[in-house]
Amino acid sequence: MKTNALKAAFPHTLPICVGFLFLGMSYGFLMRSKGFSFVYPMLMSLFIFAGSMEFVTVNLLLSAFHPLYAFFLALMVNARHIFYGISMLEKYKNTGWKKAYLIYGMCDETFTINCAVKPPAGVDRGWFLFFVTLLNQIYWVSGATLGALLGYVIRFDTTGIEFVMTALFLVMFMNQWEENRRHGPALTGLACSLGALLLFGAKAFILPAMALMILCLSLTRDRNISLKEKEEGRKP
Amino acid sequence: MTVLQQVITILAVIIGTMLTRFLPFLLFPEGKTPPRFIAWLGTVLPCAVIGFLVVYGLKDAVFSRFHGLPELLSILFTVFLHRWRRNTLLSVGGGTILYMYLVQTWFH
Repeated sequence: MKTNALKAAFPHTLPICVGFLFLGMSYGFLMRSKGFSFVYPMLMSLFIFAGSMEFVTVNLLLSAFHPLYAFFLALMVNARHIFYGISMLEKYKNTGWKKAYLIYGMCDETFTINCAVKPPAGVDRGWFLFFVTLLNQIYWVSGATLGALLGYVIRFDTTGIEFVMTALFLVMFMNQWEENRRHGPALTGLACSLGALLLFGAKAFILPAMALMILCLSLTRDRNISLKEKEEGRKP
Repeated sequence: MTVLQQVITILAVIIGTMLTRFLPFLLFPEGKTPPRFIAWLGTVLPCAVIGFLVVYGLKDAVFSRFHGLPELLSILFTVFLHRWRRNTLLSVGGGTILYMYLVQTWFH
């Protein structure tokens, strides 16, 4: 049962594997270049396990000691996970002891796979979700550790390597665009975030963007629901 | 920062991150159905949040010296690659390499 689930999960995580190894390595490399031992990126990637927040934490560790600020910043940068959780309430049901780990390891990429992919017939759902989560975390922690270790021996110009994150999100956006017939929510997310970014600036736009998104989606809710019912009614 | 202060800072980040992941499951445990509005949000938000993440990745570019020109070129290239081959690795890798080349040479 476990081997089946692992075999089914692995191909879905392959693109993430390369992405995470590269991005993880750039993160480990970055921490090493700021003078941290490889133990830092290794443990931080394991326990924080939220890519963008780990990059932010590098800056936090280099500035004045202010744990409360660090806590609230983590809360805001990762606020989107609250919405991931809401969408996974159903899917993570009845997964037993694995549930706590599924929630703990729900980073952006794991969420995308677990949200979009249906395990093939005959494969245990709980184990499938578990292996997607576990494999992705292994890639990320390995990448971060490897990158820091490489930082001891080689030096090359990594300027711009952080674009790997943006490119990954962009491709995820294109994939979900093709999978969904209605593009309202995706466009709302894009427009509200861009609007909030221009209004509030890069440091303060996350929460306003989230609030604006929920507001705009709620205002178009009736339309979305009636459209959905129409689509469902059309089915034979 | 001392090592102890570093550990406390990292712990604060871990607690903040985990709170965002566990909160929905603590508020709506199995057997307790979330309100219809919340359940509905769960169906439309994922797509919207991926849109947000794209903007999040570009948040500093807009206000930078080149106002996102290298980012725009790399995005167009990534979109082109992805429409052409539909291969995630190729699109992400190609876009990133072009971006690194651009910011290390022309947009230095």
